[in-house]
Amino acid sequence: MRICIIGCGAVGSLFAAHLGRLNDVEVWAYDPYQAHVDAINANGLRLTGQSDFVAKVNARSDAAEIPPCEFGIVAAKTLHTRSAMEATQHLFANSAVCSVQNGVGNEEIIAEYVPRVITGTTFPAGHITAPGVCNQDTGGSTWIGPFAAKPASMGEVTRLAEACQRADLDVIAMEDARGAQWTKLIFNSASNAMGALTRLPHGVACDQPGVRALMSELAKEGAAVADKLGIVLDGDPDEMIDHGREVAYNHKPSMLQDVEAERPTEIDALNVGIAKIGREIGIPCPLNEAVAGMIKGLEHSWTLED
Amino acid sequence: MQNINKVCVVGAGAIGSLFVGHLGTLVETAVLTRRETHARDLNDKGLRVSGKSQLTARIHASTDPAELGDVDLIILATKATAVAAGAASLQGHFPRAKLLLVQNGLGCEETVRQYGDWPLISGVTFMSGVKHSDTHVEYELDTATWIGPWAEHGASFAFVKKVAELINRSGLKAEAYEDLLPHQWSKLIFNSAVNSIGAVTDLPHIKSFAERDQLSDLGHLVFAMMAEGRHIAEARGVVIAGDPWRMNVQAVSRGQSGDDEYGHVTSMLDDVRKHRPTEVDWITGAIVREAQKAGVPAPYHETLYRLVKAHETSWQRQPNK
Repeated sequence: MRICIIGCGAVGSLFAAHLGRLNDVEVWAYDPYQAHVDAINANGLRLTGQSDFVAKVNARSDAAEIPPCEFGIVAAKTLHTRSAMEATQHLFANSAVCSVQNGVGNEEIIAEYVPRVITGTTFPAGHITAPGVCNQDTGGSTWIGPFAAKPASMGEVTRLAEACQRADLDVIAMEDARGAQWTKLIFNSASNAMGALTRLPHGVACDQPGVRALMSELAKEGAAVADKLGIVLDGDPDEMIDHGREVAYNHKPSMLQDVEAERPTEIDALNVGIAKIGREIGIPCPLNEAVAGMIKGLEHSWTLED
Repeated sequence: MQNINKVCVVGAGAIGSLFVGHLGTLVETAVLTRRETHARDLNDKGLRVSGKSQLTARIHASTDPAELGDVDLIILATKATAVAAGAASLQGHFPRAKLLLVQNGLGCEETVRQYGDWPLISGVTFMSGVKHSDTHVEYELDTATWIGPWAEHGASFAFVKKVAELINRSGLKAEAYEDLLPHQWSKLIFNSAVNSIGAVTDLPHIKSFAERDQLSDLGHLVFAMMAEGRHIAEARGVVIAGDPWRMNVQAVSRGQSGDDEYGHVTSMLDDVRKHRPTEVDWITGAIVREAQKAGVPAPYHETLYRLVKAHETSWQRQPNK
């Protein structure tokens, strides 16, 4: 089996390295970061932290050098989904491509480029510490299932999940993976947005009663949209927010990290995504819209001269 | 009718200094400062105004109100965050005086009342200046200050008109209104949206604030917040004088510098950037409290109020940015 990881940042590296240990799977990785690509090809892809091993991965910054693959796993930041698919679509002329990215809207873009799409939601996280090296910060499960508008077969979804399971990645195949996707989406829409707008780590933000109440309000709007879509959440976003406060008090949500580094955020896949779907199906999301406008404003502020 | 022969300005930031510099050329003007060095410099050098006016006023400054003699008019020109301290320093002094307030927002009159019996004049100022030093202020925006008797314990409207006339003769601009609330609320609603959204997004008041094309354009939030503010004003029995949304559109389309992205750095954004406490409690917070009194919802104002307060917390945690 040949699999290509599209976007070999932290999450992509976790998938690539684990799968790279299997004898019957050939792993390719597409990433524009040349130093990372060169280090992976020279020394293998190294995981540290919760995992500790080196795996053989064929990395390329030019997708023309990658052979056709049976599966793709997209782990690029949501912002780069389209450009990554434009570069790699020729690898998947008759294949299934799975998104393990944040938020909503990625599958729709992927579906414009490949014949079959798999929805995925993943919890393991890490960060790149040096070219070719990724520290795994947390473990956790991944849920995948056919993307309804352009579905992969359940047989294909299961084959991908089984390969990952053999590689020690807890990937669970489901008929409908949207429950997991929306649970994480709603959690992120609350914790990321409030962290980014208050500049406070998750636990500290939760300790501001007014801000904690806003997180619940955001989650409530998202849950109403999911409900109208017929999606059954597989967890209570409010409990996840409180749990996050317990286990990751000083954690800065990725959107706050983006704000501090003045990098474009994933707001389009999170609060904008929820608000747009809410508009389409008639569920008002005024707070998600307000937050979306403010994060967009914040991104715009970095383009202004002082 | 009491004549205005002597004025005392409390708080010599940019706005206070503009009053001092202009009125000081016309009537006997005293300044109550917080710092000894500030008072000494003003006594030695006077106060110079540049920009829209070119003046130098001789004045009498002190940190002790007892040294300033009796006055007819006090102008309390501190930031809202310093009104309680400013009023406390006046307690027991200037028994014959009327007192004019020019802070942003609502609620400072009640604070001043706790420290003295001076009949109050409410004010809303649109002028702006840049303080270059303790003895030099630049007069930037020469827009008017609106004043009117405070409804609960106010000076007479005749006296208010006299104050407006004095301010106008000094080279600044003032307009007197018998009922200031409709004007005060227009500015309040405008300020609440523009200041708090700017403080959270780190944006000066630029044209994004008036854009409503895409779902995530910032103008939607500005518009919704201003509509909510107007609704709250009406629930409190105030029909606002001007349309805050139109003020917003005009302010960002003026093209003052010909640069599309030029925008005024609001006072709240300036406070945020300098990690100072903001006036959000008197502006956005005041509207939240008014909504509670009227029993109407204020989700947008509550959201922005909470976000600005939480943002203040972020630098209290890391004071040395």
